[in-house]
Amino acid sequence: MSFSWARQYEPKTGVTKWLDERLPLPRLVYNAVGAGYPVPRNLNYMWNFGVLAGFFLVLQIITGVILAMHYASDATVAFAKVEHIMRDVNWGWLMRYTHANGASFFFIVIYLHIFRGFFYSSYKAPREMIWLLGVVIFLLMMATAFMGYVLPWGQMSFWGAKVITGLFGAIPVVGEPLQIWLLGGFAPDDAALNRFFSLHFLLPFVIAGVVILHIWALHIPGSSNPTGVEVKQESDTVPFHPYYTAKDGFGLGVVLIVFAIMVFFLPNMLGHPDNYIEANPLSTPALIVPEWYFYPFYAILRAFTFDFLFVPAKLMGVIAMFASILVWFILPWLDKNPVRSGHHRPLFRIFFWILMADMALLFYLGGAHAEEPFIMLSQLATAYYFLHFLVILPIISQIEKPQPLPFSITEAVLGSDETAADNKPAETSA
Amino acid sequence: MAESTGTATADMVASDGDDGVRRRDFINIAAVSFAGIGGAATLFPLISQMAPSADVLAESSTELDTSGIAPGQAIKAIFRKQPLFVRRLTAAESAEANAVGLGDLRDPQTLADRTKEGHGDVLVTMGVCTHLGCVPLGAAEGENKGEYGGYFCPCHGSHYDTAGRIRKGPAPTNLEVPEYEFTSDSVIRVG
Repeated sequence: MSFSWARQYEPKTGVTKWLDERLPLPRLVYNAVGAGYPVPRNLNYMWNFGVLAGFFLVLQIITGVILAMHYASDATVAFAKVEHIMRDVNWGWLMRYTHANGASFFFIVIYLHIFRGFFYSSYKAPREMIWLLGVVIFLLMMATAFMGYVLPWGQMSFWGAKVITGLFGAIPVVGEPLQIWLLGGFAPDDAALNRFFSLHFLLPFVIAGVVILHIWALHIPGSSNPTGVEVKQESDTVPFHPYYTAKDGFGLGVVLIVFAIMVFFLPNMLGHPDNYIEANPLSTPALIVPEWYFYPFYAILRAFTFDFLFVPAKLMGVIAMFASILVWFILPWLDKNPVRSGHHRPLFRIFFWILMADMALLFYLGGAHAEEPFIMLSQLATAYYFLHFLVILPIISQIEKPQPLPFSITEAVLGSDETAADNKPAETSA
Repeated sequence: MAESTGTATADMVASDGDDGVRRRDFINIAAVSFAGIGGAATLFPLISQMAPSADVLAESSTELDTSGIAPGQAIKAIFRKQPLFVRRLTAAESAEANAVGLGDLRDPQTLADRTKEGHGDVLVTMGVCTHLGCVPLGAAEGENKGEYGGYFCPCHGSHYDTAGRIRKGPAPTNLEVPEYEFTSDSVIRVG
């Protein structure tokens, strides 16, 4: 689909005409991310992060395929192979540091992309499917990142794998056989390392497939925008190219500067020194923590130190951790207020920032030692997290009276809209 | 046969029976069922290949001599590629374990339930926290033994007492006691 005023692709040369009649790939690109895609004219920099996430996915696939050329997923040599990449392979250190920090940056831009969705309620009709596919991508990313972190076969790799597969052991009755089946043994070893490598190579391509569905679904209603008022007319939009290719390009440049600083000057800042010690099944590191991007969910996992509603503490932690992400799937139906943008919802906006503060606290607690006062703080922060989604959000979506909306994006940007003046003076409903 | 090579008409299929069931319905159900069974049968090896392979399952049992362990000491051994703790309790530690009422325990077991008759001071447990599988501290000299003098898991803060029973923290059950037997006065065979 597209808006009726969208520019049409017109092949100009003989070659593109010939191609357009046989495989209209340039036409597809033109309509998807070219001049043929009309986009709201008022997008701010929070709308950069989808393109940035796409960039980091491609970067991870390129560096990952290269690393796989020099790595071997055998528990006896895996750790040494990573050192071989670092010391012996030409530019191997660059490939590995880019890949490791690329994962972190992928998560940074994805979190900002998700939080953008929270604030501007991008999940609301008619964009629920985009949101659902996005949550699927996030889950796939988490699985991919987790398995990737196991491959260097350091202490954190091994113990991370043991703890995370141990989560499945918490499931009643089938848990323990399931855990042994997942690992192919009684503890992480060759079998687990090999299958994790295989899946770590596969899943990014699955992610790429879901990303295509995500973008396809996006192009049905078109992009959302900061006012939350839908596109009404041609003056509300500009073509994606060159307007947003330029804006995204600028954002990409800024992010790449920060990324280069990390890769070249602070390559291990986001990692854990313990992972430079080879995996040892007989010695647990003093503090097992996952990569930083899992901290909030790890904090929720560890928050349950007591049996809750007759569910054992261990199982409850696992359920809560998965539920903390799965709850995003029903977000479009928890927040039914017809106004999308947090800019026009003062009450919603306050609770959005409290949620951000709560998640920041969970981030901190996920990396902290499992002792007081961190345990109690984790419990409070976890309780608030679920309270926000399951209680606060549905209530404020009912009781809040949003501020008046502009007639159109054009009016929001220019201060006046001739169409509005002609058609319905003084009326501001969406 | 010549006339049946074209597209089936309503007249042709109606003649197969009066109850509305066509020959083609039977063929359809039979073919889909057969393909379904075949597909399900193909799934089995795809799932089964993930289970532990023969060499992993062929782990032999482990033999250990406990005579060298002084009271209050513990050793770490390996059983099925996982740590195994063997600990000789002091009289005070045994008394402490026996003094606890079963009602105070999350996973009620007496010390006698967890040791072999005649060897009540030898506690053999897996060194695998029942929470998420970390190796608890407390077996080696100078390690944190937790608030109950047994083992302490640093990952998520589970405290085990001198009988390896869970007392505090997220772990649901006591440290697992593997199958083992005394083959002589001091030698045990695990597994």
